[in-house]
This record gives sequence, structure tokens and C-alpha cells, in this order.
Amino acid sequence: MKTSTAAAAVALAIFGAGVAHAQGTLDAVQKKGFVQCGVNTGLAGFSQPDSKGVWKGLDVDTCRAVAAAVFGDASKVRYTPLTAQQRFTALQSGEVDVLSRNTTWTVTRDTSLGLNFAGVSFYDGQGFMVPRKLNVKSAKQLNGATICVQPGTTTELNLADYFRANRMTFKPVVIEKLEEVLNAYFAGRCDVYTTDVSGLVSVRGSRAPNPADHLILPEVISKEPLGPAVRHGDDRWFDIVKWSLFAMIEAEEMGLTSKTIDQALASKDPAVQRFVGVTGDVGKMLGLDNRWAFNIVKQVGNYGESFAANLAPLGFERGLNQLWTKGGILYAPPIR
Amino acid sequence: MKRGWFYQAGLLAAAGLVLWFFVSNTAHNLESRRIASGFGFLWREAGFEIGETGAIAYGAADSYLRALGIGLWNTLRIAAIGVVFATLLGTLLGLARLSPNWLLAKLAAAYVETIRNVPLLVQLFFWYAIISENLPGPREALQPLPGVFLSNRGIVFPTPWSAPELSGFNFTGGAALSPEFAALLVGLVTYTAAFIGEIVRAGVLSVGRGQVDAAYSIGLTRRAALHLVVLPQALRLIVPPLTSQYLNLAKNSSLAVAIGYPDLVSIANTTMNQTGQAIEGVAIIMAVFLTISLSISAFMNWYNRRVALKGLRQ
Repeated sequence: MKTSTAAAAVALAIFGAGVAHAQGTLDAVQKKGFVQCGVNTGLAGFSQPDSKGVWKGLDVDTCRAVAAAVFGDASKVRYTPLTAQQRFTALQSGEVDVLSRNTTWTVTRDTSLGLNFAGVSFYDGQGFMVPRKLNVKSAKQLNGATICVQPGTTTELNLADYFRANRMTFKPVVIEKLEEVLNAYFAGRCDVYTTDVSGLVSVRGSRAPNPADHLILPEVISKEPLGPAVRHGDDRWFDIVKWSLFAMIEAEEMGLTSKTIDQALASKDPAVQRFVGVTGDVGKMLGLDNRWAFNIVKQVGNYGESFAANLAPLGFERGLNQLWTKGGILYAPPIR
Repeated sequence: MKRGWFYQAGLLAAAGLVLWFFVSNTAHNLESRRIASGFGFLWREAGFEIGETGAIAYGAADSYLRALGIGLWNTLRIAAIGVVFATLLGTLLGLARLSPNWLLAKLAAAYVETIRNVPLLVQLFFWYAIISENLPGPREALQPLPGVFLSNRGIVFPTPWSAPELSGFNFTGGAALSPEFAALLVGLVTYTAAFIGEIVRAGVLSVGRGQVDAAYSIGLTRRAALHLVVLPQALRLIVPPLTSQYLNLAKNSSLAVAIGYPDLVSIANTTMNQTGQAIEGVAIIMAVFLTISLSISAFMNWYNRRVALKGLRQ
């Protein structure tokens, strides 16, 4: 890991200019024929290979949507599994074209790390998970606890903030690899595991020997808007990733699904006609085929379909990630 | 002669040019992507906590510089303690392999062959798993001696100033060794000792048989012969390769990051990720390890000159 960070830094130093600036990312992606997408090393529901080695998840679907928009073929994606510490260097150095790896949008990352966040694909917040046998009911009772956390995350910083604000102390056990940090928690090395609530639900549902033995505490101590990120300075590519995500959300709002999108081609609704590319030239404005959004919905599905396929089986509720029309805060700007 | 100088100057100019290209290209790339650069971040608030801070006071409100200082302290601590124990264990192993006691010699040989042929990282995971998965939680801690508690939070023992007691989640008071530190120390010591054992054995074997026979013939016991005749001569051959084992141990301590011991690399990695300044972070790691390694080399070279035969070319 140390070597890969170093290698990426060196690659950035030497080859960096060649990749992103001599030509735009879109041209480079079209030339090589696939989107290189940075994903989590394995977080059920967001990005994880299934038993056949096919990557599945909400973050993976964002990558597939971009590929569907660019190539009309959602399968033209190659995945680079990244740890929390490798992810930004991998994007900065041009190793990946999109970072879609449950990454929180913050001002530091948007500015001094040289990233652009293309929207929010999942509204999350940080929580705590404890074994039920410790008999803890609230995060306020965690004074003196040993807490497992992954380094290089906003989680690590929020954790310190929360304990400082509440005048409590804790001992962190900081391990980079998700597998190792989870082993430490499940072995009892730590009293508490902390990450975004989505991560806690995913881990409890997919990795705990017995999910009922673990309790997610009620306190949510931060805002964690997770979304795909691209490099600073390539607005055209930024637009494509941004609107690919919005297209999935907009499709759900319009009631278009992968099953009904074919009929939508004959729709009389002018907004739907624009969306599927029968009229207007939104696709051309983005530098893409006019059927870009049609292809996304046809091959990947709308946001709700992706949520239902990937996250609902793990026990996720829509909550904040419901459409604004249904009580959530998902809201795509108009596609026109 | 003149021509020699010409080539040397040419080489220097070429190296300088390559270096200049890397530096200016990096600066240009960082600038054009608006990625922050420079070492100003060192004085900003770190915002994260560290599990083991040794004797140094540290909190999330302290600077990145102080956090890195703690990482450095943790690296030096593990390297210094590791070198001492690896030398002791390695010397015993080397002598055991040469022992006339068949069982002892074979056991030592088996140890060396097993340990040095398994990657160190795997051994670290092994020791860490042994400690964190096999020991009970703090509320059911083992108590091998009165006041000493052994649990998956490490070993806690009393000091003259305070005794450990269980309060809430964990022990407070006393002094503690964390499981991460213990696993790393055991891993580094057992691994490096296998190599040191072979170096010691080679050194002892290099002393001529005649020397040993002569020692016995003047009535020295085996122990005294080893002490007074063999080891002083063997040391001359042992010290140079021993130096590189010490360097290896110091550098291998950076594997700490895999099992969560907060050494310099671990904290520099976190810093790089929070600030996005990977190049500066890697530069700090390299500078620190270079300094540590060169210091070890300088000390060992000084010691080597002391044990060398006077008047002989080295």
C-alpha cells in the first residue's frame, strides 16, 4: 500500500501531464474503449464482485451509467479496487477516470486535493456499531472505548471531533484494509466499529458471524454525502459523469425503468421525449450520442431500481435517499 | 586525467537535468490541477487521534508535525527494542546451531529454516491474530501475576506510581503494551533473529579450528574459549552483515501499518490522505528512514573499526 501510494505519486510526477491535459478524459476514454473506474475493495451493496466475479453495487452502477452514456454499452468498464488511502492519488495520477467509491464530498477534497464531485449518489452519516453484549445504548456512553476505524477517512476526523465536543476520550485502532479492521472488531480487539451508517449496515448484513449480535447506535454524528469524483480541470468529462448520475435520478422521477424505457420512445410527453433523445439535442451538448440517457436507463436502470437491487436486500431504507417528491432529498436538475 | 574529468562533469550535468525535469514537471502538474503543495500543512491541526503516543502528549487539536513526531518516536521505539532482542535471540540461535547437543542444534536449524522462509508480513498477521483472537476481552482478562492483566487489549502491568484497574471498557492506570506493538515486536525479533543466527554461526565457524584447539589445550573451558578466543575474532566477520540486518529491521518496522501500529509510515499515510499531499508525505518518510539507516550505519562502522584488527586493511 505504501508502495502503491508512492508509485502513484511518482507516476503523477512523471507522466501526469500526458494523460489528462494533452487530450480530454473523454477522448482518452473513447480511444481506449472503456471507462476505468475506481471502486471499493469490497463493500456489499456499493461495490463488490459477486460469486462470478462481476462487480455489483450502487457505486458500480454509477460507473456503468457513465459507460452506457459514452459507449452505449454499460459493460465497457474496468474496475480498480482501491483502499481509502489509495483512492485520491489513483484519481489524481490518472490511473482511474472516475472515482466511485463511497467517498464523502468535502471542501478540502474539492479544493486542495484537486477533485470535482459530480453530485451525490447516497446521503449518509457516520454511526457506531457495538456488540450487543456490551450493553451500550448510546454513543454518549462510549467514554474510554477502543474504536476500530480506517485511516484517511472523514470518519477518522469526525470521530475525534465528536469525542472532543462531548469531552470523552477513546483509543483508536487504525487499520487500512477493511478485512483486517473488521477482523479486529469481530475478534473483540475494539469495543466499537465506526464508519458511515451505510457501511455499518452493509458490514453487519454481509460479514458479521451473527448480525443480531451487533447494534448500530442511534446517534448519527456527521453528514456524509457520497458521490462520484473526477479530476479538476476537465469540465467536459465532469459534465458527463454529473449528468449520467442525474439521468438515473431523473428517470426514477419520470417513472421510467429499464422495463418501460422502450415504450417511452413513443411517449407524447415532451420531457420524456427529450430525455430519451427523440427530440432535442441534449446528447450532442454533452458530446455524446443523443440516446445517452435512454442507454443508461435501458442497461443500468433508474436510481430506484439500482437501490432495490443492491441495497434493499441488505436491509437499507430509502430514508434521505428517496426522491424529493416522496419525502427524501434526491433532486436532479432538469434535463433540458 | 583531463578526459576523466570531462566525463564526470557530463554525468553530473545529465543527472542534474533529469532531476530538474522531474521536479519542474511535478510542480507544473500539481499547479495545473490545483493540488496544494509545500510543507505548510505541517503546522495545521491534524484532527485525528493516535492510539499510542508514548510519553508525548498528543490530542486531535495538535499539528500534523506533532503527529508525525509521534510516528517517528513509535518507529524508533520499535526499532531500538527490536534490535536489542533480535541480537540476543540471534546470538543464542547461532550458538545453539553449533552446539554439540544434537537436539538443540536441530531445533535451532528448524527454527531458522522455517522463520526465514515465510514472508514477514504473513508472520505479523499470524502474531496479531494469535493475540487479538485468542486472548479474552478486558472484562475476562487473565491474571498471570497479581496486578498484571492479559487480554486482547494487550498486557497491562502496575508501575510504582499506579496500578491498573478495570473501569468501563478498559483498564486505566498502570502501564500497557498494546497487541499491535507486541505482535510487531515479536514478528520483527523472531524474523530478524533467524538471519542474525546464521551470521553468528558463520562468524564462529570462520575462526580457525586451531584457535579452538589451542584454547582447549591451555585448559580453557568451552565457555571460556568461546568468550575469550572465538567471539572476539568472530565479531570482526559478524559486524558488517549484522549492520544490514539492523537496517532491515528498522525498515521492516514500516510493515506496522498492516496491523495498525501507529509508526511513522502509518501516520504519514493518514496525513497524506487527509491533506492530499502525497509527494511531500513520501518525501518525509524517505528522509526519515534515510536518516535512521545512515545513523545505524555510522554507528556500526564506528564499532566495526573498534573490533577490527589494528594495522590491517579493512
